[in-house]
Amino acid sequence: MTLELEKHLKEMICLPGLSANEAPIRDVISAAWRPLVDELSTSRLGSLHGLRRGSGSEPRPRILLAAHMDAIGLMVTTIDGGFLHFTEVGGLDPRILPCQRVTVHGRKDIPALIVQPADRLLPASMKGNPPPMDRLLVDTGLPAAEVEKLVRPGDLISFAQAPLNLTGGMLAGHTMDNRASVAAVTQCLAELQTRKHGCDVWAAATVQEEETLGGGFTSPFSIQPDLAIAIDVTFGKGPGAGDYRTHALGKGPTIGWGPNVHPAFHKKMKSVAEELDIPFQVEIMPRHSGTDAYAMQVVGAGYPTLVLGIPLRYMHTPVETVLLKDIARTGRLMAEFITRLEPDFHKTMRWDVES
Amino acid sequence: MSTIKLNKSSAPKIGAEQIALLEKLSNAVGVSGDEGEIRSIVLETIKPFVDEVHEDAMGNIIAIHKAKTEKSLRVMVDAHMDEVGFMIIAEDEGGLYQFETVGGIDVRSLPAKTVWVGKDHLPGVIGAKPIHLTDKGEMDSTIHLDTLRIDVGKDPGGKVKVGDRATFATKFEQSGSVLFGKALDDRIGVVTLIELLKHAPDHIELQAAFTVQEELGLRGARVAAYGLNPDLAFAIDSTPSFDQPTWDGSENTQYNTRLGAGPAIYLSDAGTLSDPRLIRRLTQTAEKHAIPYQFRQPGGGGTDAGAIHLRRGGIPSVSISIPGRYAHTAVLVSRVEDWQHGLALLYHTLLELTPDVLSGER
Repeated sequence: MTLELEKHLKEMICLPGLSANEAPIRDVISAAWRPLVDELSTSRLGSLHGLRRGSGSEPRPRILLAAHMDAIGLMVTTIDGGFLHFTEVGGLDPRILPCQRVTVHGRKDIPALIVQPADRLLPASMKGNPPPMDRLLVDTGLPAAEVEKLVRPGDLISFAQAPLNLTGGMLAGHTMDNRASVAAVTQCLAELQTRKHGCDVWAAATVQEEETLGGGFTSPFSIQPDLAIAIDVTFGKGPGAGDYRTHALGKGPTIGWGPNVHPAFHKKMKSVAEELDIPFQVEIMPRHSGTDAYAMQVVGAGYPTLVLGIPLRYMHTPVETVLLKDIARTGRLMAEFITRLEPDFHKTMRWDVES
Repeated sequence: MSTIKLNKSSAPKIGAEQIALLEKLSNAVGVSGDEGEIRSIVLETIKPFVDEVHEDAMGNIIAIHKAKTEKSLRVMVDAHMDEVGFMIIAEDEGGLYQFETVGGIDVRSLPAKTVWVGKDHLPGVIGAKPIHLTDKGEMDSTIHLDTLRIDVGKDPGGKVKVGDRATFATKFEQSGSVLFGKALDDRIGVVTLIELLKHAPDHIELQAAFTVQEELGLRGARVAAYGLNPDLAFAIDSTPSFDQPTWDGSENTQYNTRLGAGPAIYLSDAGTLSDPRLIRRLTQTAEKHAIPYQFRQPGGGGTDAGAIHLRRGGIPSVSISIPGRYAHTAVLVSRVEDWQHGLALLYHTLLELTPDVLSGER
């Protein structure tokens, strides 16, 4: 089955689904995964679990592919003369917020705009400087009385930036973090349609990564995988971002290396990529990976984890930019790994492996 | 001479047709000095309604609706076509470009925006460093223009050249009576002026000037006014509303204009002391027809009137503006009612304009 990756991703990044409120995006991922899996269920925290059974004899090893589906955004805190004050859901640099188009999810969805009040309305000390988040406002353009009827504190506000195709197969939009990785999981499931694999493949679109790693902590506990991969976006090289933490767009996914990654898992994934000439980059993660892999590694009795990263520019802005080919390669790499997985690999994994 | 018959007896309305034209003009790109796209749309739209039209040496569109009476007033009505934006100044590797601003843009509004580059509106983004790689202290400082880049993707294939213009890639949107769009400053004035041409009264010579380079210092209006040599002039513009709450909850005494309070009549700004006779005429007309209006708070800023009123031996001038929030950013916000009232006020003022408007003492 060929997946229309770009269409699938564009559909996903046009949807809300802020942390702990993932229903809108979960429905769309469910529809995409349903024909590709044998079972589909929703966890008690709202993560989506899809099981694609392997052809091996029982007990089959289980591999978990986890990509978080929640989005960053804003939440209304107070209403002041028809304008909304807000706080963040997930981490946002207030300097990227002025003039972003958003949707206020009030009693109905209302198009709106994040705005920076004129200097004359701010403390003199802030003149010419970027106002902190608690000085920014959301403006619906509606009269105050109407806003009072439609909006309450606690209402969510999501980014409304439409996707934008750039040259060279690049795509910009909001919430590429981490819908790009969900798309890679879908790509993997689609490739497995025509491939034989012994192990059971569990695909998870997890919740609340941006706030609590809630899905990362709970999904492995239910699924009990033998191997767990967190697929997330990583820092793309670009303007203002060039140190060791950043990776070029177009050179394939990153394979994480560090305490959050099982060394034998890392070695095996690398060998598959090398064997097939799938481009990849090694991502050095000296401490945490900043992904669901942290939660998956330490939940329950602990699971062997790996991190795959899709390079992305301008992370946590509404113009997050990825290269579609990197997503497709990430999906393919996982599919190839899965088809090559020996039934006893997870039993033979040792932390002290020669790399 | 046009043969199209129009009903001139009732005031023009802002309806679906006018909003559709505003949408077309708001989505078009016309950065100061490169107003060609706007020029073509305006020319195509006004052709059936004017007696004469030409493009002057700077690219202003000058359109005349002649009077059918002798010794009629020659009335210039101005709206500028240009918008703020960017110019590409240098190419980095891999589809990344350095750029400079054109017109008064607050660089604090630039990070993480989408843009269109060049005549083909090639999409691009102005990115920003991820928050994860940003030190806490860094967030207190403005992200400077020289660190920002326009990113059009890895394979621009010669589609972007140094010197190309760019502007915000904002798609116009209407939500009930709320209008969101880029460059409503001053495309809302352009559509208003087109409506006035369509409904021009027969007893005055209406001299419509769709001007260029307003955002760079009222350059187009200066030569347009000289060329037209009118008896008096109205400038139609979009004026900032700073009507948000103040940080400490005190009364906002510096709102400039307020959304929803009707068109804003200028008394004085950094460039013009409006002609009191014209101010009086506007307010009398508004009151006669029960059209809400507000005075734009006196202060800085300015419109094309600043250039017009000083041409030749002096041209009595006044500005009337549609309030709009967030001028010179990716998205402005205006309301249909304010626009409707602004159009009605201008229409009735022109319809009832007689030479005695200037006979009193200034």
